[in-house]
Amino acid sequence: MSSNIFILLRQELLLSLLIFILLFIKIGKERSNESILNLINGLLFVNLAAGLFGMTEGGIFNGMFTTNAFIVLEKNILNLAMLLISMQSYAWLKNHKQLAEFYLLLFTSLLGMFFMISSGNLLMFYLGLEMSTIPLAAAANFDLAKRKSSEAAMKLILSSAFSSGILLMGISFLYGTTGTLSFDVLTAHISNNPMQLFAFILLVSGFAFKISAVPFHLWTADVYEGAPVAVTAFLSVVSKAAVLFTFTTILYKVFTPIASVWYGVLVVLSIATILIGNLFALRQDNFKRFLAFSSIAQVGFILIGISGSSQAGSASLVYFVLIYVFSNLAAFGVVSVVSALAGKENISDFKGFYKTNPFLSWVLTIALFSLAGVPPTAGFFGKLFLMMAGAAKDNYGLIIFASLNMVVSFFYYLKVVKAIFMDENEAPIQKLNVPGITKLAMYICMAGIIITGLASLVYDYIYSLSIGI
Amino acid sequence: MNEIPLTHILFLSTALFFIGMYGLFTRRNLITMLMSIELMLNSVNINFVAFNKYLFPDQLDGLFFSLFIITIAAAEAAVAIAIIINLYRSHQSIDVDDATEMKF
Repeated sequence: MSSNIFILLRQELLLSLLIFILLFIKIGKERSNESILNLINGLLFVNLAAGLFGMTEGGIFNGMFTTNAFIVLEKNILNLAMLLISMQSYAWLKNHKQLAEFYLLLFTSLLGMFFMISSGNLLMFYLGLEMSTIPLAAAANFDLAKRKSSEAAMKLILSSAFSSGILLMGISFLYGTTGTLSFDVLTAHISNNPMQLFAFILLVSGFAFKISAVPFHLWTADVYEGAPVAVTAFLSVVSKAAVLFTFTTILYKVFTPIASVWYGVLVVLSIATILIGNLFALRQDNFKRFLAFSSIAQVGFILIGISGSSQAGSASLVYFVLIYVFSNLAAFGVVSVVSALAGKENISDFKGFYKTNPFLSWVLTIALFSLAGVPPTAGFFGKLFLMMAGAAKDNYGLIIFASLNMVVSFFYYLKVVKAIFMDENEAPIQKLNVPGITKLAMYICMAGIIITGLASLVYDYIYSLSIGI
Repeated sequence: MNEIPLTHILFLSTALFFIGMYGLFTRRNLITMLMSIELMLNSVNINFVAFNKYLFPDQLDGLFFSLFIITIAAAEAAVAIAIIINLYRSHQSIDVDDATEMKF
């Protein structure tokens, strides 16, 4: 146990430093966009590398902020995702006038997520949550001139404000019945009384909004479609992962006494989420909308893993999120490049894509295979571990249902692959000149998809750090 | 002295919460929808303050929580109004029914 602020808050302080550097770049002398982008990518790499060593355990601010090796690992995954997103949006940001603001918004949001993940108190959790969502709404509006972008931002800010209202109502009832906000003390006071169950349901609804579980998913597709691709990637990977991590921590740490209640809630949520996500993904043509519904379906599978409520549950969650970062960001990377350089975002535009852009086609195909869960890629192992964690509850009907839905999901993922490789198109997207740094990010994603699946030490390492009920 | 019982205050805050929710679902003007959300957040404030005063008078958690909610609601409103202004520039309207380009 350590209580040194500079060691425990290391990642947060580093990120704050990055924010300050950006502010100084903004008010300093005029620089070219390329030099700023290279500087930021370098700093993000340092930020990621600095998080990798020296994991200490401890709590500060009277238990409001806690950290341990597992939490540091989760933050490292988010840092990695941020770096990859930054590298992939190079082509889009190179000609953008306000790129410093873009990074300011995303870094502030990431800082909020860090505080949310390490929160040991409901007040801290709420502050982190709001700090992570408010800048994101502004970032969704980043294409100021586009009608769809402002519509998306409006939907995001209204639905997130509404959901945090519901969440707060839940927190206030919890406070009223227990008289404390600290996670450690709360656990001892949680029981089956109706007021606390009501508070719990409100709290879960707030969370379900943020992770876009059905029936709270209605904002997702619109926001994903309207927002710029880099922001969509951030929303669907980083923001979702951070809330899922926190959700798991709160379920496992605070609501331990009513584990049987939240198991039922999670089962219902995951069945609805998988089903609706799959059915709607079948009929999409816009690529970002398609990825939105596919990410809704993925959340359903993740909820099954969480419902396992064991050490394997939280380990498989983090493992799957790591794979999801690689595979989803590879897909978003291709969409981002195509959107920035060719201005096309529809699946039907991708017909005959292989003839002109074989490299991007392969990246997208492997990413989609991994999202679908085809064996040699890591996505298969991720889903396998989630199912195994869920199966520990002996509820095999749920597992069979989820597995059948995985077959349904093959259809829409492979439909895109078919469009890329087999469909004829007289005017395919022209040959795109992918920036070197974006290519590097795609190679990292590919390596991640292959290695995290085949090297068993990754899962073993995550498992050794994770905690169950 | 006859104190107002806690249940009365809880009734008030719950009623406010659901009035806010009803307003959010029925109103079509964005500013009014934002006001409805503020109503929901304020009902939570009443809850916190009431719980703190009646049940746990020896601590300050609830009061501080409501202070933070007020601050964050202000930040949220600032961003939301900026977004609404931008929406007005592109759509010439602040009615949600006019901003429905994306559906299903």
